[in-house]
Amino acid sequence: MKDKIAEKLLLFIALSAIISLMLITFFIFQQGIPLIFKAGLGNFLSLKWAPTRGGFGILSMVVGSLMVTAGALAVGIPFGLAAAIFLAEFSSKAIQKTLKPIIELLAGIPSVVYGFIGIVILVPFIRETFGGPGFSVLAASIILGIMILPTIVSISYDALLAVPNTYREGSYAVGATKWQTVVLLLLPAARSGIVAGIILGMGRAIGETMAVIMIAGNALKIPGSILDSVRTLTSTIALELGYAAGDHRGALFACGSILFLIIIVLNIIAIRITSRK
Amino acid sequence: MNCAPNKGGVIIAGSTSVQPFIEKVAEHFMEKYPDITINVQGGGSTAGVQATMNGTCDIGTSSRNLKPTERGLKVILIALDGIAVIVHRSSPVGDLSVERIRRIFSGHQKEWNESGIAGNVIIPVTREEGSGTRASFEEMIMGDEAISDACLVQDSNGAVREIIATTPQGVGYISVGLVDEREKAVAIEGIKPTLANLITEKYRFARPFLLLLREEPTGNVKKFIDYVLSEEGQEILAGSGLIPANKVAAD
Repeated sequence: MKDKIAEKLLLFIALSAIISLMLITFFIFQQGIPLIFKAGLGNFLSLKWAPTRGGFGILSMVVGSLMVTAGALAVGIPFGLAAAIFLAEFSSKAIQKTLKPIIELLAGIPSVVYGFIGIVILVPFIRETFGGPGFSVLAASIILGIMILPTIVSISYDALLAVPNTYREGSYAVGATKWQTVVLLLLPAARSGIVAGIILGMGRAIGETMAVIMIAGNALKIPGSILDSVRTLTSTIALELGYAAGDHRGALFACGSILFLIIIVLNIIAIRITSRK
Repeated sequence: MNCAPNKGGVIIAGSTSVQPFIEKVAEHFMEKYPDITINVQGGGSTAGVQATMNGTCDIGTSSRNLKPTERGLKVILIALDGIAVIVHRSSPVGDLSVERIRRIFSGHQKEWNESGIAGNVIIPVTREEGSGTRASFEEMIMGDEAISDACLVQDSNGAVREIIATTPQGVGYISVGLVDEREKAVAIEGIKPTLANLITEKYRFARPFLLLLREEPTGNVKKFIDYVLSEEGQEILAGSGLIPANKVAAD
């Protein structure tokens, strides 16, 4: 009897999570899609964003979101993967026990703190060293790259550890060096876990808002170089929702719908990659 | 129909620029009079005027003077909000003409004429689409010129100020009351945005924050308006960075 109650209760809680996800999805599309039809697809995919005067073009923001996310991955993947390989294969237990919690601590730092560090240290550094406004694709990429490190490191690390030891022993037995073992055997064997970590990191990067608003500069123009300012979809929603009414508000929900679609597509690609054997 | 004045609550609607300031005053007011509910809504100055005229709100708010077609309402000035153009405190720029500000923010002028600014480039910072401050800046200074897409965008006076304070090449605009010692408000056409210049209207780039009424206030509406104009209410507005009406009137 008690088992039955517990089962039903757990089922209800599990379903409520799924239902809230469905409600959010429905709400975002229901608020956003009408505007896309009203403004017309041509207007919606143009470069002119002036939502209080009938310009609903989100192209520059889509490009901005993708650029910043790509930049974050360019920073996050090499460092994250290197850290995971070092921790899993090249370090002693003592080092693992110290370093892993420290890297995971990065995930606990609020994004506004990352943004603040970006404004105070990174932005002036970029401005003085490379020129431009400092508020740039580069600054956002570096900060986001650091923010997604803990995700990439811990999931890749777990994936590497999950590779059975017999693989390593077999590899050494045929005379492979440790490095050859890692590159030729362990990385391919742990591929699906590593890709999952990268995809999760990418999801965080494309959805991150606060830190990006603070350091990306938010200029609407499509950046000509990584030293130029950039505006992402999430930034636009957060920047403008406070004052938005009518069509402007609808346009922001339309941005949310597009963001949703981008994330769904990325996830589908990720699932495809990880399930391919 | 349930918006009949003085039945328990007071409904205020209108300018989104006035809204945060009135909300702050209303919070203090409701602490003092817990049985009166003040409901503050946005909608814009024009909506505020219309809502007052047709009686859907008790008090309307506006961040601009009324147009000739909108006469007939009782208008109460609660504060002035000046808009200052600010640069980094080390900047040699001390005076800008309206024409030059226009050229900078429309993207036609990209470099400072003054020497001594690192890299010489201008980094203009504007407010986000929909902001009341941006709308006033566009109306009072930009005229028909559009603000360039290449400008950096921030979503509050504080964020614009933070960038200008740390960027020697920057130029932005914020409420006069919020300028502090980390940045410098430039004179426009030779006139500095000081309190005195704002009060005497020598510095033209200020907008009035108005309360609008259809008739003489009574009951709770009167209580609230009296509170806004009281020493305490005006103090709250001054603390939020506005030039309170009692300072304007005292001159």
